[in-house]
Amino acid sequence: MFSLEKLVSIIQAWLQSTLGDPWAYIVVCVMVGVAAIALFAILGLMLVYMERKVAAHMQIRLGPNRVGPMGLFQTTADTLKLVMKEGLTPDGADKFLFNLAPFMVMIAAMLILAPIAFAKNFQIWDISIGVLYVAAVSSVAVIGILMAGWSSNNKYSLLGAMRSAAQIVSYELSAGLSILAIVILSGSLKISDIINSQADGWWIIKGHIPVIIAFIVFIIAVTAETNRAPFDLAEAESELTAGFHTEYSGMKFALFFLAEYINIFIGCAIGATIFLGGWMPFHIGNWEAFNHVMDFIPSSIWFIGKTVFLIFLIMWFRWTFPRLRVDQLLNLEWKYLLPISMVNLLIVTLMAIMGWHL
Amino acid sequence: MAFIRTQRSEKMFLKEYFKTVYQTISSLLTGMRLTGYYFTHTKEIITQQYPETKPALAERFRGEVIMPHNETNEHRCTGCTACELACPNGTIKIVTKNEINAEGKKKKAIDTFVYRLELCTMCNLCVQACPSDAIIMSNAFEHSVYDRRLLTKVLNKPGSKIMEGVE
Repeated sequence: MFSLEKLVSIIQAWLQSTLGDPWAYIVVCVMVGVAAIALFAILGLMLVYMERKVAAHMQIRLGPNRVGPMGLFQTTADTLKLVMKEGLTPDGADKFLFNLAPFMVMIAAMLILAPIAFAKNFQIWDISIGVLYVAAVSSVAVIGILMAGWSSNNKYSLLGAMRSAAQIVSYELSAGLSILAIVILSGSLKISDIINSQADGWWIIKGHIPVIIAFIVFIIAVTAETNRAPFDLAEAESELTAGFHTEYSGMKFALFFLAEYINIFIGCAIGATIFLGGWMPFHIGNWEAFNHVMDFIPSSIWFIGKTVFLIFLIMWFRWTFPRLRVDQLLNLEWKYLLPISMVNLLIVTLMAIMGWHL
Repeated sequence: MAFIRTQRSEKMFLKEYFKTVYQTISSLLTGMRLTGYYFTHTKEIITQQYPETKPALAERFRGEVIMPHNETNEHRCTGCTACELACPNGTIKIVTKNEINAEGKKKKAIDTFVYRLELCTMCNLCVQACPSDAIIMSNAFEHSVYDRRLLTKVLNKPGSKIMEGVE
């Protein structure tokens, strides 16, 4: 059976035997970095293609279908076009911050990749405060967005950036509280512990209605944090042209565009990990045969499948719901999501103490 | 409005709060059901894949002006220039000549019927002005060419003459 864990241990053992201690370690670090960048590039291409196809089918269209079979190379062609375009820096812009901002956004997205478990025992860094790390680093992205908006020296960009900051800071709260519900139930911040606590059933099944509410709140918060419709006020095309990245072109624009999709992937990966059991296969109580068949599917496929399902859900939101006004956006967070998730957290705590969960 | 809100009892407020939550979720789910239906039912797709399948055009679609000729290479144009006068932007230019018919009489006839497609706005006024129904609008719409001189067309075919009985 294919497993990423075996592949990694084979490579590690081979490097250890040929290069010795310090060099094997350095080579592994470089390989991880290259793999992360390659993953980002592939994710960007695939998710943009998926988004365009999903959008088209929801609007009774066909979507890209000319470049390559079923339009598969459309995103590659688009990327090539962006690479060949001039990366313009406006005259009145703060040049240093303007050029730094896209990299800030990308780096913030890259950092969150560290504690995500892609398969069984296949994780870059199984840090003991994994969930806290994710919550902390995901709020760094807002600095990049603010930087981009401010340094562009453009009213639209600044407005978009301010809106984005207000939005991300507010929605971080309910995202954090809904993650906390699972932290209480599993009793650990470590990602691998959270996944292992779901071996006999995913939290969304074990945790009854309170965890389902937490899951819904989390999905709403992730949609808002990634600045996607119906929360795309930061780049609201009809009001702010393109929001914080109005002035960007060429590869710098591509980095913002890529970061949006990477953030979606990471948000959905976190959601899949803490609510849907990460790489844990789907098991039903005592059905030995069924459980065995589920175990046969590689853990990486389980993880990717769950993540893609959540990504599809978020795309479904984008192509169905109308955009919120800025006051409605903040009302939703402070008057609805936050009180609901606070009460929900209390119920989850009670549930964990009394042992009501399965 | 603020006054009314203070008059409301606590219970009423809570009821309204949860009612809003319920209404929001149910209306969002209604929307998602529709888009989900479209996503799973590919037969609903209305995109026409143009070069492979030609679009079904209405008969009254106006693509360009043509002059129909019958099988003996005859048209119905008398050269009265009514269409040239009716055209708002000089798309049509008719050059006439004098022809001697079988009875030895002089008669006006068209030499060339010049039609500039690049100027035409497909307004249909020339077709309406024509007293003898010599020109009609066709459905052809693939007019792109590499040289704009090719857009200046002569509508009467070489060697054609006016149909018998058209005055």
